[in-house]
Amino acid sequence: MTVAAPTGTERIARAFARARGERRLAVAIYLTVGYPDRASTAALLRAALDGGADLLELGVPFSDPLADGATVQRANEVALANGITLEDCLAEARGVVAERDVPALLMGYANPFLRYGLDRFAGEARAAGVAGIIDVDLPAEESAPFDAALEPAGVARIDLYAPTTPDDRLARLVPRARGFIYCVSLTGVTGARRALGSDVAGFVGRVKAHARVPVVLGFGISEPAHVAALRGLVDGVAVGSAAIDAVTNATDRPAALRAFVRGLVDAGRS
Amino acid sequence: MKGRFGEFGGQYLPETLMPAVAELEEAYLAARADPAFEADLARLLHDWVGRPTPLTDATRLAAATGLRRVLLKREDLAHTGAHKINSAVGQALLAKRMGKQRVVAETGAGQHGVASAAACALLGLDCVVYMGTEDMRRQAPNVFRMKLLGAEVRGVESGTKTLKDAVNEAIRDWVTNVRSTYYLLGSAIGPHPYPTMVRDFQSVIGREARAQVQTLLGRLPDVVVACVGGGSNAIGMFTAFIPDAAVRLRGVEAGGKGIESGAHAASIVGGSVGVLHGTRSMVLQDDDGQIRGTHSISAGLDYPGVGPEHADLAARGRAEYVARTDAEALDAFALLSRTEGIIPALEPAHAIADLSFIRERYGAALDVLVCLSGRGDKDLETVMDALR
Repeated sequence: MTVAAPTGTERIARAFARARGERRLAVAIYLTVGYPDRASTAALLRAALDGGADLLELGVPFSDPLADGATVQRANEVALANGITLEDCLAEARGVVAERDVPALLMGYANPFLRYGLDRFAGEARAAGVAGIIDVDLPAEESAPFDAALEPAGVARIDLYAPTTPDDRLARLVPRARGFIYCVSLTGVTGARRALGSDVAGFVGRVKAHARVPVVLGFGISEPAHVAALRGLVDGVAVGSAAIDAVTNATDRPAALRAFVRGLVDAGRS
Repeated sequence: MKGRFGEFGGQYLPETLMPAVAELEEAYLAARADPAFEADLARLLHDWVGRPTPLTDATRLAAATGLRRVLLKREDLAHTGAHKINSAVGQALLAKRMGKQRVVAETGAGQHGVASAAACALLGLDCVVYMGTEDMRRQAPNVFRMKLLGAEVRGVESGTKTLKDAVNEAIRDWVTNVRSTYYLLGSAIGPHPYPTMVRDFQSVIGREARAQVQTLLGRLPDVVVACVGGGSNAIGMFTAFIPDAAVRLRGVEAGGKGIESGAHAASIVGGSVGVLHGTRSMVLQDDDGQIRGTHSISAGLDYPGVGPEHADLAARGRAEYVARTDAEALDAFALLSRTEGIIPALEPAHAIADLSFIRERYGAALDVLVCLSGRGDKDLETVMDALR
């Protein structure tokens, strides 16, 4: 008798349950596929997992990343110069999921997914074991065609909410969220910041009032102290630009990333 | 559905900006329903912009192109030298009404940047203009004009260093400062409500022109032609004529070095359906959905997308879209200068360049209305380089 492979949403739920069982915040690490070069992505994704990452966000490079700050913009440009396509991102996900059975999400912008074809993408994402996608320029108003393709495939489309999102909008949309909820910690673009936003607690509280799935905070989170300050407040953190910086500045990149991620994971233990 | 033009349009934006576009839509509708706003706008368009702009019966150009009549709607004579001021002053009034003291804008050729800077100076608003460094080099006089008008010009080094990258950077600024900042988008592109709002502010062009043509000829024109980058002057001109089924509407995109060369900026003629800068429209992209670099001798047309309403007009067949090359635009630039004593901007030179093709395709017995969207002072250096 064969056991059916878990769906993306199941993989996500399992990862948060494990972190909760270990009394720590889940850690999601974002890396742009193909940065700094095509060959190193597989090793970097595994290094993040070896450092204790619970979820992987595989960045799908886009030519016009208008929600990203300088670090991810640069990583996108390098990845595109290295010829990275959505197909490559699916292949990287397939490899790491087959080997480590982790929730791997593809994160990027709407146009490459649309160009690929949503039904084609959903089928291939399911086959690759992709847990979900995070599309930063796809608000609820535009998400219906994505949901129609992804939901039957068991691939979660992760909603993002921002400090500017009003309460009535949260009340209407948050209960429908699949997988987890991605809270944008600040009003701005991605990129490492020195300090957390001033009213993160208030914002997260407004989201949690309606949430039925785990809540993750991202954008700007760059160091263990930020993670420690979020214990008890959220279920997980997402770190991207600071992870890319850790890779960029290192000579032994996998080792540097592993150590960086371990620092974040340890800071999330209560 | 609101903000849709057929299958095009929408709001493909980061969540952070969704409340801002909702607030903008609400404020815009309230403003247009307020007689005081309409009176302020009408007064500024008349006293400060210099509207109505004239209609010139270009008899020597008509003779040179073999057409019965060529009528030029003279947006080049509007304050700051192009149609861009119509929307800039309307939006700056709206920003002020919304209590936003800070305005950000993007610019390609610099005309929208200059118009935004001027409108902000007039209304006492702070203005930051994002401009690709490649465009700053091509349009140095406009950079100086913006600075004279009190705006801060920020060079954009990312991507292709042209208009699309300036839009990216303006949106990043807007995301970051959304509570205090109004994004004064320059074309009929971007997320709802911009394509509708910019069209409405620009539709003064077509309203005036339609009445002027009827006064002059006692009938409507046979063909209305305008250049299309993002498409704000064209949609402003076309809107008044869309119900007139007998009037042929013709948009002229930037053919660059030729469509087959790949070095162009003709999003409808040479592009495909995609999402760029918050809207679903025709875009220039590769097989992987990456936005392609563009080329046009005209910085104002050098953009890989087009307003969603144009994409819909093309899909429905209500307007037709063609592309004219750099070389054809340069010839037209010289032709209009010599026949009518009017030096056009390189953008509407593409529309002028289409006149002989219109005659070839549809015959000589035509009255053709052209939107002369801007004047050519800013392009003299580019043209001198090209003719050298």
